[in-house]
Amino acid sequence: MMTKKNVGGRYLLNTVATCLLFGAIMLVVESGLINRYMAMMLIPVGYNIILATSLNLSAGFLGQLPLGHAGFMSIGAYTCALFTMAVDMPAAVEFPLGLLIGGVAAALCGVIIGLPALRLRGDYLAIITLGFGEIIRVIILNLDFTGGAFGLKGIPKYTTIPVVFVCVVITIFAIHTLIKSRHGRAILSIREDEIAAEASGISTTYYKVLAFSFSAFFAGIAGGLYAHYLSILGPANFGFMKSVEILVMVVLGGLGSMMGSVVSATALTLLPELLRGFSEYRMIVYSLLLVIVMIFKPSGLFGRYDFSLGDSLGKIGSIFRRKKKPEQGGENDESDS
Amino acid sequence: MMSPILDVSHLGIDFGGLQALDDFNIQVDAKEIVGLIGPNGAGKTTVFNLLTNVYKPSRGSISLTGQDTRGKSIHAVTQSGIARTFQNIRLFRDLSVIDNVKIALHNGMKYTMAEAILRLPRYWKQEKESTATALKLLDVFNMAHLANEPAGSLPYGSQRRLEIARALATNPRVLLLDEPAAGMNPSETQELMDTIHHIRDMFDIAIILIEHDMSLVMGICERILVLNYGLIIAQGTPEEVRNNPVVIEAYLGQQRGE
Repeated sequence: MMTKKNVGGRYLLNTVATCLLFGAIMLVVESGLINRYMAMMLIPVGYNIILATSLNLSAGFLGQLPLGHAGFMSIGAYTCALFTMAVDMPAAVEFPLGLLIGGVAAALCGVIIGLPALRLRGDYLAIITLGFGEIIRVIILNLDFTGGAFGLKGIPKYTTIPVVFVCVVITIFAIHTLIKSRHGRAILSIREDEIAAEASGISTTYYKVLAFSFSAFFAGIAGGLYAHYLSILGPANFGFMKSVEILVMVVLGGLGSMMGSVVSATALTLLPELLRGFSEYRMIVYSLLLVIVMIFKPSGLFGRYDFSLGDSLGKIGSIFRRKKKPEQGGENDESDS
Repeated sequence: MMSPILDVSHLGIDFGGLQALDDFNIQVDAKEIVGLIGPNGAGKTTVFNLLTNVYKPSRGSISLTGQDTRGKSIHAVTQSGIARTFQNIRLFRDLSVIDNVKIALHNGMKYTMAEAILRLPRYWKQEKESTATALKLLDVFNMAHLANEPAGSLPYGSQRRLEIARALATNPRVLLLDEPAAGMNPSETQELMDTIHHIRDMFDIAIILIEHDMSLVMGICERILVLNYGLIIAQGTPEEVRNNPVVIEAYLGQQRGE
């Protein structure tokens, strides 16, 4: 069992590790160790991590299969972009506010679409969300204030590496703590057995919609980051293929593994760039990799495994302790790990 | 006189043209153990599905501690005090044993989602309490040492006991056990009987159980209802039911030449 002190230690450990990671990234970027182009790739890596982990919440933890994640992303993107372009506030105020509004707008759509759709299971939900994603795209295409097919231009370039980093950390933290709470267990129980969940007193409809809109919220945030990174938005960017791309990241990493989503979102974002040497064959290599992983590890790279810094360090520590033991000849402190 | 905890009157349900259950009446008092027996397809599990609102009754009413359960959703019925186990075990197989129990403790915890995400003090306090409660419950079934195992990896008998533990975690007034001894050997069945007595006294609950194992039914139930073709054909003490010719006929068929 975890003691209070232990828990506090873990927070400290994770905070320090996060800061170190941030420091390392900034150092690499600022020192020019990697070229400017690759440095800017870190931003797509960041919002793709947010997209993948948020989709993992509904696909991996809730066990429902939505195919309209790009739809929620586009709602967040347009809402956030229109907001920051309309108001006249300092960037430090209007951007976070815009992201939040974009996320909330996406979450609201998640509730509206989720309430009827989540009464259905499996294939039906996939089809409904697929339809929803397309409807959103067509609506954006035909509205005036979204710029229609010409797209939205002149969105301020607010998205920087630190901003993306903070958003990624918040997303991962929030989804992690949600999953480790009574609400998260309720979500997991629905994936495991809906009838048993209901019989255990869990309102399955409520928690399905909750997880679904929670996942939409972060997709909206990612959309906002995306809009202020490209500074141009077009409805074509949010087609069905974008939803599939996010789903591929989640499935490849492992449904139900946060670690898996992070790693595979990073890899699949960078891979097409790293494969530039193969020129037109790169999409073949990319697809081939997916096929190979699915054949040899159908549950995804990480399955349902999740990484815990505290546990891993504990394990490494215990290995060292075991090695030391014969030298010391002591027989105490064996059971703490 | 005390009013019964569970009062079911004239309950019936039709599936298309088939009368799966008709005119089912039962009053269960606190701390009573009632057996529900009958040949396959007699409608026993249908009764459980009606009591937990999985099916909507065509006729009749169910009242739990004086409250009508009609129109409530399944989880609301569970919250108002009826818990069940399933004939074909339904555990959260990939989750740990303790998480299976803590899921059923869900409604006993009150912290909000914001408190959970921000990890405010109430989260820690209630999580700690519910872990302790869950371990105490598992201990009743001698399973506390298995708390962190995945539920699906347990042996069959332990899975059945975990299902009962999970049902108890919802803090029920009435516990419905659907064939709790199925697949158990005689010594496990004996152990289960002791456990059922024990939890009845410990949690002050009424228990209705469906079972084919007659040694268990006769040994533990204070009252037995016999169903056949959706109708109650006999009821009474184990002794009365055992000697009832109608029951013998339903189980063994009519003797030739009579």
